Amino acid sequence: MNNEDIIIRLEHVSKSFGDKKVLDDINLYVKKGEFITFLGPSGCGKTTLLRLIAGFLAADSGVITMDGKDLNGVPPHKRELNTVFQRYALFPHLDVYDNIAFGLKLKKVPEDEIDRKVSKVLKLVSMNGYEDRDVNSLSGGQQQRIAIARAIVNQPKVLLLDEPLAALDLKMRKDMQIELKEMHRQLGITFIYVTHDQEEALTLSDTIVVFNEGRIQQIGTPTDIYNEPQNEFVADFIGESNILNGTMLEDRRVSFIAHDFDCVDEGFGENVPVDVVVRPEDIYIMNNTEAAQFTGKVKSCIFKGVHYEMFVDTDEGYEIMIQDYNAFEPGSVVGMLIKPQDIQVMKKTCLLNSFEGTMTSDESVSMLGGEYDCPKTEGISKGDRVRIDVAFDRIDLLDNDEDAPVTGNVAFILYKGNHYHLTVITDSGEHVLVDTNDVWDKNDLVGVKILPEDMHITKIGS
Amino acid sequence: MTTKKLISQAYLWLILLVLYAPIIFIAIFSFTNAKSLGNWTGFTLDIYKSFFTVSNSAAESLMDALKSTLIIAVIASAASTLLGTLAAIGIFNLRGRKKKTIQFLNNIPMLNPDIITGVSLFLLFVFTHVTKGYVTVILSHITFCTPYVVLNVLPKLAQMNPNIYEAALDLGATPFVALRKVLVPQLRPGMISGFILAFTMSLDDFAVTYFTAGNSGLTTLSTYIYADVRKGGMTPELKPLMTIIFLFVLVVLLILNVRAFKKNKQTETE
Repeated sequence: MNNEDIIIRLEHVSKSFGDKKVLDDINLYVKKGEFITFLGPSGCGKTTLLRLIAGFLAADSGVITMDGKDLNGVPPHKRELNTVFQRYALFPHLDVYDNIAFGLKLKKVPEDEIDRKVSKVLKLVSMNGYEDRDVNSLSGGQQQRIAIARAIVNQPKVLLLDEPLAALDLKMRKDMQIELKEMHRQLGITFIYVTHDQEEALTLSDTIVVFNEGRIQQIGTPTDIYNEPQNEFVADFIGESNILNGTMLEDRRVSFIAHDFDCVDEGFGENVPVDVVVRPEDIYIMNNTEAAQFTGKVKSCIFKGVHYEMFVDTDEGYEIMIQDYNAFEPGSVVGMLIKPQDIQVMKKTCLLNSFEGTMTSDESVSMLGGEYDCPKTEGISKGDRVRIDVAFDRIDLLDNDEDAPVTGNVAFILYKGNHYHLTVITDSGEHVLVDTNDVWDKNDLVGVKILPEDMHITKIGS
Repeated sequence: MTTKKLISQAYLWLILLVLYAPIIFIAIFSFTNAKSLGNWTGFTLDIYKSFFTVSNSAAESLMDALKSTLIIAVIASAASTLLGTLAAIGIFNLRGRKKKTIQFLNNIPMLNPDIITGVSLFLLFVFTHVTKGYVTVILSHITFCTPYVVLNVLPKLAQMNPNIYEAALDLGATPFVALRKVLVPQLRPGMISGFILAFTMSLDDFAVTYFTAGNSGLTTLSTYIYADVRKGGMTPELKPLMTIIFLFVLVVLLILNVRAFKKNKQTETE
């Protein structure tokens, strides 16, 4: 990447609030003139990152540069960027004109030039003639337009937008999306946009950065992110998808839902466990079962406006989501087909749980903030640091949390066709991955039970 | 139904009468010349005349006391409005335990009996060898007025959109300019009510002033009246002064209420 084309660069940026790490080693660059979106669920750190760039917060470590100059220690009022805040943040005691002119007046711009610029920018946000209006008398959408006008009138190099449309109703939001895109084209400046709305991100952006739990999950164009998600979080967060366990048999050949398929992915190796993503609109469904790759029975069929959304139980016991323009009655036997290029294969982030702990006796270990019974292993005794490996499906989650040594909260749920893949965050802050057939809800409090025979213990440093 | 209404009306008027009887009593007897209170010797404006022309020595010292009272009240309430507003902004931006502690510490001077505040300030000034007079009285008044300003400004901060200060910085304002051009206009109603409260607190303070004025001869209205009453009898010119102060407060309150009423109506029609 040519340095000339980069306006903002972040290197190893981290930020914590108290004990909580909000941003963890963020590396990112923003190209001149692009529309880049920070996308992620609430609490993923995207707004914090925007506030670091704006200068309202300081990073704990790492470097943020703009045009090659280090922004560290530069106060917000000296940065050549402007922000559009989520709740508009207009000055209630000033009218529309004075709100927009605020920045220009501080820069001692001559009065006639301010007049000219204000009326020009009001035209751009289609609010001409509103100069003398009291900002409190405007609707939410109008206030947001004024907030945008107030920021862009200063001709910043970069415009930061913090969920600017979140407070608007759906119809207004759609209209504003189109207008924002048009404004970006006309102004030619860099837009950094923060949102939790994946559809908004896909519509507006040149580049999307997907965040979760303070880390970047994937950076790419909207089509990249949608068609080739790099991990199960991105696949689940962006659009609807079937995420399934699979095995890469060899290059261009993958097995999942108990069938073998041709695919286009290479370089995973042979017989390697992988995650497979198939978008519901990419599965062909038909009455003909002869030509199908696999068959099943329609379980439910719901009309969604443009298409029908169907859940199909395959003969091998997997549940698949399919979107099609034709409806297939529940109960009918159908055949299904997936084309090689519609199968997205992802490397598994991990294959089993691996915890660190300390032996408290020959047959008990302290890990995850609790004490578990464990098998007696030769060469390992009290006080040793050990690694404990446990398979995903060998962990029991208990309703009655008092029966288990450790409790945690269900943080992330993924349906994998025939079972649920859960991420449980224990009270000690560690992640436990669990495969289960039981239905849990997000944020459920659970007890984490592991039987001694399901643990595999190895000594660390030996 | 009507008797019930009549009784409730009568009850209301009775309470108002009890509340306002003393001041009405003084107001009425400010228009007669009798030496002892309660004797009516005919309507006259004589004491008003002698109050305004400062015709005798008693009226002269009363006028001096009034002047000092006003000077102290204006300076003390202005200073505590400034201090209290800044303190409120600071407290508002604190988090968790620290915030609770400081708010608690802010409440103590308000609940503390005046006499204790007065005596402790007296001892402090003696201990530090500060000559008692205007300066010590004003400093003491700032001490007990500031918490009231803090208490009036804090809710305004809570109502404010937290982003508007940042928005000002973002648009190129230095922190000081952002404070002046964005925060202060938002906090102004709280600052004004805090100022008025501080002003009245300072105006009628006796205990603290008594202990911190020293022997410099500085008297305020409250200490003057106290000394006056102890000597036996009361300077006649006090009666018109009290009547005037009461009317002044009444007028100010009426203006404030009418303005608030008009503003409410305006926002309703919008």
